[in-house]
Amino acid sequence: MRLPNFFRRRTSREVAKDRLKILLISDRVNCSPEVLELIKKDIARVISRYMLIDAQNMEIQISKSALRGRGGKNPSLYANVPILDLHKIS
Amino acid sequence: MNDVIVVTSGKGGVGKTTTTANVGTGLAASGKKVVLIDTDIGLRNLDVVMGLENRIVYNLVDVVEGNCRVKQALIRDKRYPGLYLLPSAQTRDKSAVNESQMKKLIEQLREQFDYVLLDCPAGIEQGFKNAIAGANRALVVTTPEVSAIRDADRIIGLLEAASMERIDLVINRMRFDMVRRGDMMTVDDVADILSVPLIGVIPDDESVVIATNQGEPLVGNHTMAGKAYYNLCMRILGQEVPYLGCERSISFWTKVSGIFHRSQEGRV
Repeated sequence: MRLPNFFRRRTSREVAKDRLKILLISDRVNCSPEVLELIKKDIARVISRYMLIDAQNMEIQISKSALRGRGGKNPSLYANVPILDLHKIS
Repeated sequence: MNDVIVVTSGKGGVGKTTTTANVGTGLAASGKKVVLIDTDIGLRNLDVVMGLENRIVYNLVDVVEGNCRVKQALIRDKRYPGLYLLPSAQTRDKSAVNESQMKKLIEQLREQFDYVLLDCPAGIEQGFKNAIAGANRALVVTTPEVSAIRDADRIIGLLEAASMERIDLVINRMRFDMVRRGDMMTVDDVADILSVPLIGVIPDDESVVIATNQGEPLVGNHTMAGKAYYNLCMRILGQEVPYLGCERSISFWTKVSGIFHRSQEGRV
């Protein structure tokens, strides 16, 4: 049984996993986290022109291919943008 | 077509040579004709791990340069019929061989052996390129540590770029006592991060050190690592073998019994 989050110390396993995930994203595309952050901001700005989005919680990720090792060598960029209001009139 | 498998990792010291020795021995023990090639020119070690260091006459560079025939350089392992080693040169460096020479040699060996296993040097330079040049399959060895996983990811990227037909993951030196405490990434964590199919999990086992001391591969014996290497070999041969005990997930009851059986920690 797990204790609620606020009592539980983050295990070193979780720390390692999280660090690796971020590290490998930039390793794979040869692109630094700073550059990714800039791309993220630009995407948020453009989409915000058309709808109201939750920019705080949007995520972007670059992966080598959707299904690694099965064709598709070109990297692709995934953006997960939570929409707050689809019909924002600007 | 017979398989040519390169055992690689990027990072040094994660167990490439040990894995090559044990997989090769395991495949030979199940009746296959196997040749192990040490491609680590200048830093050869597969011969000592196999316990065949006293029988080297010719080496890989001699074969490539035409100083001898392939057959003369192959060392037959007397313990297993059908197991051969082509040792590396100790006094030369990686530039002594190039990719087309490796391809040519492998094409020649591929006709005579069921499996050609290549022990790749650490790094991503010429030695790595030579080792993967003629291979159609790769075993990527990693340990559940950040540095080894990062390097494995880089290697997988390079193997994909080189159009390797099949890439499988071997996770070495798992410590399930540490996983239980939350201080080591789980098998699933590592496999998810690297997103290549898992083919083997080898527990951290002191019997590996003992076996290496004696120059005797431990595949197939009663030790945990011996069993895990045996299972890995069976999976390479295409069989479905379930993962040993708590190799995959730690159930609630394992956790509970872990509390009461601290003395058994590390048994995996």
